[in-house]
Amino acid sequence: MKTSKKITGGLLIGITGFSVFLIIAILIFMLVMIIIGAKGEFSWKFITQFPQNGMTQGGIFPALFGTALMVIIMSVAAVPFGTITAIYLTEYAHEESIISKSIRFAVRTLAVVPSIIFGLFGLGFFIKFIGTGMDNMFNAGQLKWAQPNILWASLTMALLTLPVVIVSVEEAIKSVPREMRDASLALGATKWQTIRKVVIPGARSGILTGTILAISRGAGEVAPILFTGAAYYLAKLPTSLSDQFMSLGYHIYIMSTQSTNVDQTLPIQFATTLVLLLLTFTLNLSAILIRVRLRKK
Amino acid sequence: MDTKIIFPEDRESLNLHETEESTAMDPQGQKDPNAFVFTKESLKKKIRPSEFLSEKLITGVAFLSIAIIVLIFFFVFREAFPIFTQKEKKSETQVTAVIPEKYGDTSSGNTVKPEQYGAETPTPENKEEGKTEIKNTGNVIKPERYGVPEDSIQESTGEEEYTGSEISQLTPAETFHLSSLFGKEWMPVSERPRYGLIPLIVGTLKVTLIAILFAAPLAILAALFSVAFAPHWLRETIKPAIEMLAGFPSVVIGFFALTIMATALQAVFGYETRLNAFVGGIAMALAAIPIIFTVTEDSMNAIPETYSEASLALGATRWQTAFFVVLPAATPGIFAAVLLGIGRIFGETMIALMATGNAALLSANPFESVRTLAATIGAEMAEVVFGDTHYSVLFLIGALLFVFTFALNAIAEFYVKGKLMKRFQGKLS
Repeated sequence: MKTSKKITGGLLIGITGFSVFLIIAILIFMLVMIIIGAKGEFSWKFITQFPQNGMTQGGIFPALFGTALMVIIMSVAAVPFGTITAIYLTEYAHEESIISKSIRFAVRTLAVVPSIIFGLFGLGFFIKFIGTGMDNMFNAGQLKWAQPNILWASLTMALLTLPVVIVSVEEAIKSVPREMRDASLALGATKWQTIRKVVIPGARSGILTGTILAISRGAGEVAPILFTGAAYYLAKLPTSLSDQFMSLGYHIYIMSTQSTNVDQTLPIQFATTLVLLLLTFTLNLSAILIRVRLRKK
Repeated sequence: MDTKIIFPEDRESLNLHETEESTAMDPQGQKDPNAFVFTKESLKKKIRPSEFLSEKLITGVAFLSIAIIVLIFFFVFREAFPIFTQKEKKSETQVTAVIPEKYGDTSSGNTVKPEQYGAETPTPENKEEGKTEIKNTGNVIKPERYGVPEDSIQESTGEEEYTGSEISQLTPAETFHLSSLFGKEWMPVSERPRYGLIPLIVGTLKVTLIAILFAAPLAILAALFSVAFAPHWLRETIKPAIEMLAGFPSVVIGFFALTIMATALQAVFGYETRLNAFVGGIAMALAAIPIIFTVTEDSMNAIPETYSEASLALGATRWQTAFFVVLPAATPGIFAAVLLGIGRIFGETMIALMATGNAALLSANPFESVRTLAATIGAEMAEVVFGDTHYSVLFLIGALLFVFTFALNAIAEFYVKGKLMKRFQGKLS
């Protein structure tokens, strides 16, 4: 009786342990295969060169540049709004009030809405509604804003990354000790002064973490920019907000499914994937390190 | 008593003889009538228009998230709406066809390849199409809209005239009925477009089922191991590994599935089509595992220590405690985790586009190509005519996806959380 119990127990623990092993094995396998595939192509030149020869040779500089530009515009839009929402949720709203609950629900919903829906929304709202309106107002009906461009893509992405910012700023604000707030208020500072001089400086690293995580998420997403601004190939870098842009993720997608010689360009695809992975991992890692330091404090 | 923090911006407006009085001020800046007598000046000082404005602004911005949800609802449905009012649309179709449209050029592309997404030609990866097209366009230095032959690529066109034949191309769309959405064929760009959503829905369900069957047990068991059995150092390794997996962009997972996993799985299972529902499902499981793992682990950690302590004190072994106490107590949380995982898989676009083969076949065989709802939007939206029936149907699919994930999230949020709270608090108090 006892031994059979032991065997069942060992078996069950073994199964759970095996699940963990399997997940980590798949993860390592993915990393190793991508690194092996990218080995021949991955170099400094690859990052700094333009694509050449009908995209069968050369580097990915415009895609990297486009991604960087997009995440910068995205952060400019997402970080202030996300921070302000987090401040409202922690400092002004009552935890149990309907308003606070519905805002939280909206934020969580935003976090689970499929990314393609944001793409549709970007197309229907930014391009067709706002863009057409802007063209009619400033451009005498000429087509300028009512088409995919980097501004609409970045704003669409900002909506997607808003919850990321809100969640991590909220966590940081909550970690500011209550005593500091109370001390500031007791000294006669108003609530707004307390928030500006005590709470926000205390949450600075959380805002940074949120920004980094949002950038890492935005850099990897492709579905929202499929039809709001990403382009297959551009000979020049985007110079104005109404230009289209190349993006790393879109580059991988298009090169692996629709390019001239999918097999011939495989090393380029692997190397691009590796660049994107390195980018997101570095960002995530720095966010984790900042968070760990914050917790220690 | 007479020490007071003086913020730099207040210095000018602050009268020193009021310092004593202002210590009695309420932190919120509200007046306390019993504390002191106001002079006209002291009243003036406390009205801070900039603060008032910033606080109102904060409140306003906080509602942005709600506003975005409402706007998404509104605008996705707005673009889908025309298919419900087809009768009025009949005359409009002609008009919109003449209005210069950005993507208008694609209609000529459709005449070249009418059955591009046809079920009869299950070209697994669109590769064949891609090859022929890019041969034309590869060296053309212009923003590419894929799926469009060279002669019709124009930068932000607009000026294109529609010939008679092209308008007749659009006419079949006028005979569109809502009931045709329940048809068994999805052929939006053929001579006689058919917008049957059934194969897409079946395909999506098929992929979701495969993915969740793979992801849910794996992630839940792994979470159980991490909570109940793993030593501290191992737990500290599992967490970053899962976070790393969560950091994989879905396009990277899709690419991995397309290039490596598809070949490997085909070698193992020996099925015919290289890209199919099975490959797509496994790949999507990789995307869903981190979510399910994290939510499950959180809900297991939220179980009061007393539960497992009581079990251990009664003589149960560690594995008995884990499987018969921890696991059952966390069921609502696990349920929520699985729901969120389903939501993630259901709306996953890039993996579906790259790894499922994208042929809208209606079959139960998991080793055949499928086309999911999300992938349909991703693949076809770039080539439709704005305002066309096809365009509206794609937005309708988007609306369906949105409503579905919204509902899933609402269930996970309210039902499950309420249950979990009740269970722990009710039993404890």
